[in-house]
Amino acid sequence: MKRYDVIVIGGGHNGLVCAAYLARAGKRVLVLERRERVGGAAVSEEVFPGFRFSVFSYVVSLLRPEIIRELDLPRHGLHILPLESTLTPLPNGDYLAQWNDHDRNRRELARHSLRDAEAYDEFGLLLHQMARVIQPILRMAPPDPASLRPRELLELVRLGRYFEHIGEKRFNALWKLLTMSSADYLDEWFETEALKATKAASGIIGTLLGPRSPGTAYVLLHHYMGELDGVFRAWGFAKGGNGSVSAAIAAAATSFGAEIRASCPVMNVVVQDGKARGVVLEGGEEISANGVVSGADPRRTFLGLVGEKHLPEAFVQSIRRFKFRGASAKVNLALGELPNFTCLPGRGAHLRGAVSVSPSVAYLERAYDEGKYGEFSRRPYMDIVIPSMLDPAMAPPGKHVMSIFVQYAPYQQRGGWTDERREALGDAVVDALSEYAPNLKSAILHRQVITPADIERVVGLSEGNIFQGELSLQQMFFLRPAPAWARYRTPIEGLWQCGAGTHPGGGVMGASGRNAAFELLRERR
Amino acid sequence: MLKTTPFHERTVALCVSHAWRRWAGYLVASSYELSHEREYHAIRAAAALFDVSPLYKYMIRGRDAARLLDRVVTRDVMRAQVGQVLYTPWCDAAGKVLDDGTVARLDETVFRMTAAEPNLRWLEANALGLQVSIEDASESMAALSLQGPNSRAILQAMGDLPALKYFRLAETRLRGIPVSVSRTGYTGDLGYEIWVPAGEALALWDRLIEAGTPYGLQPAGMLALDVARIEAGLMLIDVDYVPARKALIESQTSSPYELDLGWTVNLEKERFVGKRALAAEKERGPQWQFVGIEVGWEDLERLYAEVGLATQLPQQAWRMSVPIYSGAEQKGYATSGGWSPLLKRYIALAHLRAPWARPGTPLDMEITVEHRRRRAAARVVRKPFFDPERKRA
Repeated sequence: MKRYDVIVIGGGHNGLVCAAYLARAGKRVLVLERRERVGGAAVSEEVFPGFRFSVFSYVVSLLRPEIIRELDLPRHGLHILPLESTLTPLPNGDYLAQWNDHDRNRRELARHSLRDAEAYDEFGLLLHQMARVIQPILRMAPPDPASLRPRELLELVRLGRYFEHIGEKRFNALWKLLTMSSADYLDEWFETEALKATKAASGIIGTLLGPRSPGTAYVLLHHYMGELDGVFRAWGFAKGGNGSVSAAIAAAATSFGAEIRASCPVMNVVVQDGKARGVVLEGGEEISANGVVSGADPRRTFLGLVGEKHLPEAFVQSIRRFKFRGASAKVNLALGELPNFTCLPGRGAHLRGAVSVSPSVAYLERAYDEGKYGEFSRRPYMDIVIPSMLDPAMAPPGKHVMSIFVQYAPYQQRGGWTDERREALGDAVVDALSEYAPNLKSAILHRQVITPADIERVVGLSEGNIFQGELSLQQMFFLRPAPAWARYRTPIEGLWQCGAGTHPGGGVMGASGRNAAFELLRERR
Repeated sequence: MLKTTPFHERTVALCVSHAWRRWAGYLVASSYELSHEREYHAIRAAAALFDVSPLYKYMIRGRDAARLLDRVVTRDVMRAQVGQVLYTPWCDAAGKVLDDGTVARLDETVFRMTAAEPNLRWLEANALGLQVSIEDASESMAALSLQGPNSRAILQAMGDLPALKYFRLAETRLRGIPVSVSRTGYTGDLGYEIWVPAGEALALWDRLIEAGTPYGLQPAGMLALDVARIEAGLMLIDVDYVPARKALIESQTSSPYELDLGWTVNLEKERFVGKRALAAEKERGPQWQFVGIEVGWEDLERLYAEVGLATQLPQQAWRMSVPIYSGAEQKGYATSGGWSPLLKRYIALAHLRAPWARPGTPLDMEITVEHRRRRAAARVVRKPFFDPERKRA
């Protein structure tokens, strides 16, 4: 029987990234994917004949430039097409557009508020500086502040010096970002409701928190990391959909010698004497290896694949308390024609960017109120892209695909998610969007609605949380996923974690996979 | 998309080069003709007409209007006379330049401020507790700059032009159109700037062209202006300095002292933004100076001769950071430069560490000759490079 150095459970993008780096370092690596295709939540599928969708995740925003470079992903087929704008249609028939072009953007903002047009640049500069401050932290494996091991202490000292070095002014600004709600933070800067709401929306994505919930301001910053790498132009839509991101990483991993097996669900991790020895597949086959890396989320990994009996009690408690609370749904539409927005009719450049239904902070907070009490939002926050505008191959000629990210659609739905409720959510989304684009209903040829329960069932993300666990401050950095176990290690020797449930967390970022690979290699050299 | 100025209907018809550039979100002509050469020479030999509408313009009115501006800018606005225009920078609390422009006193309690960047928020933030109204007139007001030795004669031919001294202004009518005329400009020549409501812009343009044509009036674009402003030793925001608001790191910022604008800083004033930091810097002496540089012809000629070429000169003014050395060590950098067709000299504006900034100091400027980096002998010279008597007379 062939023996592997490392088995990676789960062929999501982080698992593939981890496998690629391990294989590049000369390890014999096997990736086991439960589904018939790799990619996890980054997959493209022809859901309806001729119409291809990035079924779950739908844009590339935070994919680490070093991964693109080091794995040479463009050579393996990755082509990122830029998204140029964000359009926020307003109930009064007007709109707010944010454009990539500085002059065009300033002019549009000035139409709403001269002050906001000026503040916009200063805000951008501050968040750029803050992102510079925080970025080195994202790249490192988080040191444990409670540990007395020399290496961790050294890194803590280094971190302390670092904060000293950034200066009082920036430290204060960072503290505000860490503690405030995105709505309060944005109130300090802007007066245009639609601008505040559209910016605040990036602080609530994937989280069962509202724009007025403390801690959400930090997530704004998380998204500016992507801006920081703006010069690298890694923000946009992957040609062929997000499945091509996974395909490129898989191709890179294979080129380094990694082996990938799809349709191979793992039943459990084999643990002997506190050490991981391999895995058992659902079919009964046992594959042994010197190490196992799990790309599954913390709950599935520890409470499912490993089992509580192999784990310390306190650790099990931490994992049980790790919050998932999936909050978002997805509606994928096949369209016979483009949506025609009343506020900006016709086939303009705005259709090549995102459309954000976030007219005011109150609108978002109201949507959250429903989510908080276990209902989906009747008038949800929506982030919409029309990938066929950027990559015509996504739909038959002249036809289009539309991707609608919907929030809030909590996993914990009063009465549970049923087929009726799923379609009721689809109806609510189409109704809410039709208020801005009245031709939408007649343009729809097919509709796919994906609830958090569907995400959990199909992709295996617990409670359908798109970040493998809420990106809230109490479960980030050295607490992700559990105190003392944030460095991709686990209480089981030889078992590692590489999913977004570890630092730095969600988005099609790949940082967890890469960090985990380096930690493993450092130990096993 | 991009904005067009109130003169666009006229300028678009003239712009046979189709060479446009952006200025503060507006589309303006780089040159109207295929080359900017004739446009440049019109500035120095006849008269040139520039559309400078993209400048930001603010009307500041009220009992405390003078007080507000006095607190914001470095010069003494309280003592400015009605009809006087002040060129001035303004700074943040750290004494670093945010922007530079003009403050014109139209009346005891009425001022017009021009700026390169939007400043409404900054003015409002400093107006807390003051009785003052701030109007952003950037779009409602159009502006033309009439520059060159014949500019005065052209205006006199159009109406009752009061005898305006350098940096003075007057309200008047030109062929019936009510305008505000100031004896200011960005060319270092005799010249005027004319402020007019946007609705009257086209009529004013037509009448100026009509009256000016016999005097050789030539509409001119930004390329010609760039050469003239370097000859005049006038710095350009975003090119010669980074405004503090856009600086990503502290070392990108500059104080007025470092930009050769010490003369604009009035430390006698009771208070203004950045005063404490500027007083301390004056005490210490600035680390940097902003100076004129002249590249020696003989050395240029030699460098080109070595590769078998005749001397090549930049046909347009350049805008980039070019290292300047003293011996083996870099002591500064030039930020804009070019060939002066009038002076027949290769000139540049440069930031130098203070000890190397004295006029006459021998230096080397990096120059790329036939794909290879070389160094040409240069020296520090006094600004402005060109300073005709008619500018002030």
